[in-house]
Amino acid sequence: MLQRTIPLVIVFVMGILTTLQFYIPHPISQEFYRTTIDWMNGISSMAIILAIGSLIKHHWTKVSRGQNVVYSTTTLVSLAFMALIGFIGGIGQHSLFQKLFENVQIPLQATMFSLLAFFMASAAYRAFRAKTFEATLLLLAAFIVMIGMIPLGYYISPGISQFSQWILDVPNMAAKRGIMIGVGLGMISTSLKIILGIERNWLGG
Amino acid sequence: MRDFLLKLGNIDRRVIYGIIAIGVIIPLLRPIGLPENITPPVKHLYDYIDSLPKGSVIILSIDYDATVLPEVHPMVLAVLRHAMVRGIKPIGLGLNPAGTGLGLDAFSKVGKELGKKYGIDFVYLGFKPNVSATILGLGEDIRKVFPTDYFGTPIDSIPMLKNVRNYNDIALTISFSGSSLPENWIMYANARYGEKIACGVTAVMAADFYPYLQTGQLIGMIAGLKGAAEYETLVNRLFRRLGLKKPSVIAIRGMDANSLAHVLIMIFIILGNLAYFSSKRGRKE
Repeated sequence: MLQRTIPLVIVFVMGILTTLQFYIPHPISQEFYRTTIDWMNGISSMAIILAIGSLIKHHWTKVSRGQNVVYSTTTLVSLAFMALIGFIGGIGQHSLFQKLFENVQIPLQATMFSLLAFFMASAAYRAFRAKTFEATLLLLAAFIVMIGMIPLGYYISPGISQFSQWILDVPNMAAKRGIMIGVGLGMISTSLKIILGIERNWLGG
Repeated sequence: MRDFLLKLGNIDRRVIYGIIAIGVIIPLLRPIGLPENITPPVKHLYDYIDSLPKGSVIILSIDYDATVLPEVHPMVLAVLRHAMVRGIKPIGLGLNPAGTGLGLDAFSKVGKELGKKYGIDFVYLGFKPNVSATILGLGEDIRKVFPTDYFGTPIDSIPMLKNVRNYNDIALTISFSGSSLPENWIMYANARYGEKIACGVTAVMAADFYPYLQTGQLIGMIAGLKGAAEYETLVNRLFRRLGLKKPSVIAIRGMDANSLAHVLIMIFIILGNLAYFSSKRGRKE
């Protein structure tokens, strides 16, 4: 009862009220909206605490069971270490916290993502083949957009750059808009199903 | 010739990696300095910021993390230089916890470079969880969402924010991201409060935002490293006109490496297809 009915009632009542509120410019309606946003901010901050607790619990369980001990220990030690450094030395521009972020996290993350360039080049060489009419069309469009995306395209001919921009402005936009309308309708449908209690996966279990 | 093309089809991937590495490293060490043509989405954003009255307040939302730093960080630096040199006051905030330090770095660096004072010429508020609640909350009262700045100073004691309450007092919001997060600014801040929105995104995400440019929901967009290089070029020209020291050219330099990598990938695609058609003809014969 507590785990399922109460959340369903809260979602139904708040879903209907916030939807109606959008169309009612009365001061009471506006005050209700402002209060809802304040609540949302408060709940979000609490969710961060919950997330940290969940992360610690998850990795602690793994360490105690002897699964991926090195990775889980690294996560827990890093979490505790960075939090401690932040609390003790502050988080300003010249703090140790910021220095560790700039000299450890940034290079690690940027390096991981930079590897994509090598994989992309290898994949383009092996998989980007003009096997069918559609694949040829895709290949040509990609070629034009790629060359239009670098200064070289413009200097070969300004027409290449303009054609590349046209591909993005017209065919790309038409396809994107179609997808976005589909996604929008899907979101409305899913939201209604959640508000009316038809879709209950978010309750878990 | 066919044998050569067939061999080419089975080339070791390490050779490809090596060629790409050389193609990226050489222009970074010895920049070619390819001049940039300015695309309309970048020009629109530049012109809009340029047309704002001195003292206007804008938001720069740092919604990216270090994975996309080489593409997006130069955009933030260029926009900050432009805004600060024009006397426009930027507020920095972030909706991605991993980007908070990047925003701090950009604001501190440009503020120091141009001799601007924290709390008077620029402010950094830091990270706030829950994207939609934060964006909607800023439309009501900035003090309720960010009671203090990144360093814990109460908002009311920051001179720059004395008269800033909500989007009515903020001329523009620019979201810098490597994801679809700027859509949230469009959906909540623009649709609900009429706030002017622009974005700076990675090249791979740029295609998603063209519908919003066409409808006017985005007033401009900086797309990928090329967009960053274009904005840098425009800011460099402005600095030259004002007789100021030319700022660093991170994106312009990076664009040389990017251009060569693009050219190499295109050559690989051509060679790959030649090898494919050659082996296909061989099988038919």
